[in-house]
Amino acid sequence: MALKTETMVLNMGPQHPSTHGVLRLELELDGELIVNVKPHLGYLHRCFEKHAEAMQYNQVIPYTDRMDYLASMGNNFGYVLAVEKLLGIQVPERVEYIRVIMAELQRIASHCVALGTNGADIGALTPFLYLFRDREYILSIIEETCGARMLYNYMWVGGLSHDIHPNFVRRTKEFTSYFKNTIVELDNLLSYNKIFIERTANIGILPADTAINYGATGPMLRGSGVKFDLRKDDTYSIYNRFDFDIPVGKGLQGSVGDSWDRYYVRVREMEQSLRIIEQAIDQIPEGDVHSAIPKRIKPPKGTVYSRVENPRGELGYFIISDGNTNPFRVKVRAPSFVNLEILGELCKGHLVADVIAILGSIDIVLGEVDR
Amino acid sequence: MYQYFYELTGSVIISTLITAIFPLVNVLLVALIGVYLERKVSAWMQDRVGPNRTGPFGLFQTIADFLKMLQKEDAVSSEVDKKLYNIAPVLVFAGSFAVYAVIPFSSKLIGSEIEVGLFYALAVSSFVVAGILMAGWSSNNKYSLLGAMRSAAQIVSYEIPTALVVLGMVMLLGTLSLTKISDMQTAYFWNWNIFGGPELSVTKFILIPFMLVGFVIMFISTLAEVNRTPFDIPEAESELVAGYFTEYCGMKWAMFMLSEYGNMFAVSAIVSILFFGGYQSPFGYLGNTLGLHWLIPYEQAFWFIFKGWFFIFVQMWLRWTLPRLRVDQLMTVCWKYLIPYAFVNLIVIGIISLF
Amino acid sequence: MKNAEEIFELLKQEFGDSILSIDKDTPTEPIISVEPLKIHIVSKFLRDNPELQFDSLMCLSGVDDANGKKVKDAEGYDVIEGGTLSVYYHLYSTVLRHKITLKVSAPREDAKVESVENVWKCADWHEREAFDMVGIVFVNHPDLRRILMPYDWEENSFPLRKDFKVPEFYQGMKIPY
Repeated sequence: MALKTETMVLNMGPQHPSTHGVLRLELELDGELIVNVKPHLGYLHRCFEKHAEAMQYNQVIPYTDRMDYLASMGNNFGYVLAVEKLLGIQVPERVEYIRVIMAELQRIASHCVALGTNGADIGALTPFLYLFRDREYILSIIEETCGARMLYNYMWVGGLSHDIHPNFVRRTKEFTSYFKNTIVELDNLLSYNKIFIERTANIGILPADTAINYGATGPMLRGSGVKFDLRKDDTYSIYNRFDFDIPVGKGLQGSVGDSWDRYYVRVREMEQSLRIIEQAIDQIPEGDVHSAIPKRIKPPKGTVYSRVENPRGELGYFIISDGNTNPFRVKVRAPSFVNLEILGELCKGHLVADVIAILGSIDIVLGEVDR
Repeated sequence: MYQYFYELTGSVIISTLITAIFPLVNVLLVALIGVYLERKVSAWMQDRVGPNRTGPFGLFQTIADFLKMLQKEDAVSSEVDKKLYNIAPVLVFAGSFAVYAVIPFSSKLIGSEIEVGLFYALAVSSFVVAGILMAGWSSNNKYSLLGAMRSAAQIVSYEIPTALVVLGMVMLLGTLSLTKISDMQTAYFWNWNIFGGPELSVTKFILIPFMLVGFVIMFISTLAEVNRTPFDIPEAESELVAGYFTEYCGMKWAMFMLSEYGNMFAVSAIVSILFFGGYQSPFGYLGNTLGLHWLIPYEQAFWFIFKGWFFIFVQMWLRWTLPRLRVDQLMTVCWKYLIPYAFVNLIVIGIISLF
Repeated sequence: MKNAEEIFELLKQEFGDSILSIDKDTPTEPIISVEPLKIHIVSKFLRDNPELQFDSLMCLSGVDDANGKKVKDAEGYDVIEGGTLSVYYHLYSTVLRHKITLKVSAPREDAKVESVENVWKCADWHEREAFDMVGIVFVNHPDLRRILMPYDWEENSFPLRKDFKVPEFYQGMKIPY
């Protein structure tokens, strides 16, 4: 006579040390095997899109910071590029170079957090602190320039809020030479650690065509072997002047598209960002960062969709303007929102402990998922 | 120990008191210093400072924490199974504390010199499983239940490699008594069991690699028994929010902590007795060279405590370096790797001990 | 790589009347308008046709066009009657590297648009968000419920509508303060 069994419903609730923010995962378990995962969102919904309709175009920028609070420069960049496309203005060269350098510094800082928390969830608590120590370096460089450590409000429509500090070039060069050692240290301590590989290789395998169909972008897509990066394939700003590679997951420690590949892509991306910064920092031309900032932003009637490569994926802004000083509709296509849909697919057949590993490798920020 | 202090002081009451209180004081000291040391050691390894405000170098931090914990409200949720919930921390603490009755701190400071000390130590330390299961079940919390189930599987499985290695040592040494084992490894470190034992012969040198293997297997298994990283899934902070003791607060939680650190020291003590000479000093005794023979027991106690703390330091070092294993990988390590190696080791040591 | 007019011609040949028009003049991108209940077959065609191969849906946005009449309701608040609610689809082909924007408009009182969830899985949560925020009902969607607002928010209260009135109470808590 067969035993009557039922699945157990476990709530990885809104408050949990490893869901990165307030995310509620409803797990249906059969012992320790996952049968179903249902994410419930909305705990951090702050009505960004409704706010944006009530303010002028340049007043929206501090609100864009707060969506993906770990990559604020990228958020600003995307919005500002969209509005400049709508207005049809061209920014000075100096502004372009500084924007690219800031965006790449921000990418390194964001990946530090992502990799640190990925390791900390799996149990390696020390690389987390080493990476945060180095992220402090970046934050202090940016603080010297614009006064804020995390939510910058730095990129304005047509220019920047402040010109770079005189120490910026020297400190950034010191940082690039110092950070290479950190990546070596991270590789020694965590990347090729047998226990870490056992925990992440062959876990959460995402095939390439599923990834494209689900709309995954950023390291999630590149970890599955698809060589697609917006900075090279749909290029914006002045990224086409720099020489850098796109790291792709090759299944070195398991299969292509598992959690280790996504982790590996992020580590190698940090190296490539260092390359871009080294090339750009020597070429900053002279100029005035405030010269192209318009007095009144009143774009013509129309729509624009512009996207940038944020550390977490493709951040898109869809702005509809009806000729007023306030936008008619701002829709944000947040990368973490789209990447989180795939969690249900990836977790089937794994254990509870793997959900944490997979969630860490997807790298979500709840501010962006809920906006 | 009672005899020794009775001869020293001549009073029945004082020697009884000291005999009874000595292991308890040791456990409390281990917990006190252990918590502080863990925070400082982990801070230095992670490039930060650790507690340094309360007292010089933060030395009074644990006392401050302990005083705070005494004042905490014992908040018990209404749905717990009251009897099991209250007994669980007591059982866990009793399991780890009872081992101290047979640990020889020096040739004179032993709680009770029984002939089957090693057997008793391994048996009594398994009480902990019952306590953990009770704690997990009675908390009425799915996370605690998961943690307790994992912990029960883990501890029960890792007893087997421990027992196999201990069996090999017992075959070689011929005795189960912890005092006799320590006595056999006379002073000077080349006489310790890890280097083959006190008799200088061919067997000594053949034994060395197998002793090393035995030591490594035993160290890993006892790490798993104490629930330390990389085997700390029962209390995995980032997955189960403290696992089986999620629902405990105040003094009951302090009992779990006390028992964890007490267990760590007990297990380090057994490893150092079996392989590293117990209370023997590596370089001979000052008491012998200076002619003060009453000094020797205290020197031995010093060396014993030093070795115990050294192994605790290694355990802490491992905790902050390695990530943690998943439940099924943990069982794989035990059943597919440690047990076969321990078996082979046992057979080879058995063959060598025939000669 | 095709540009918007060529794609429009291809679609017109295939589907005729379902494809309504192309708007090439407003900045910054040309928009093709499609009928709401035919968007599913059009999307399937766009994804599967070897000359087009739009395999990735970049963004799906629900918009309240606010092009109806403003009337005052019983309590004196502005309510919009008539007009349309629109959904904008931004498609991209990773293989052929071209983009296109589609627009679908449905009447405000009874906004029904076909779901494209089984063409691009990405649309699943985007359509739930469009339903939650603007109130567009997607036909054939497997699991259409609110995603960002709480599950027990008022039935017909859609926050991103231009005439949205903040409810007085939610579960006993007063909202505007």
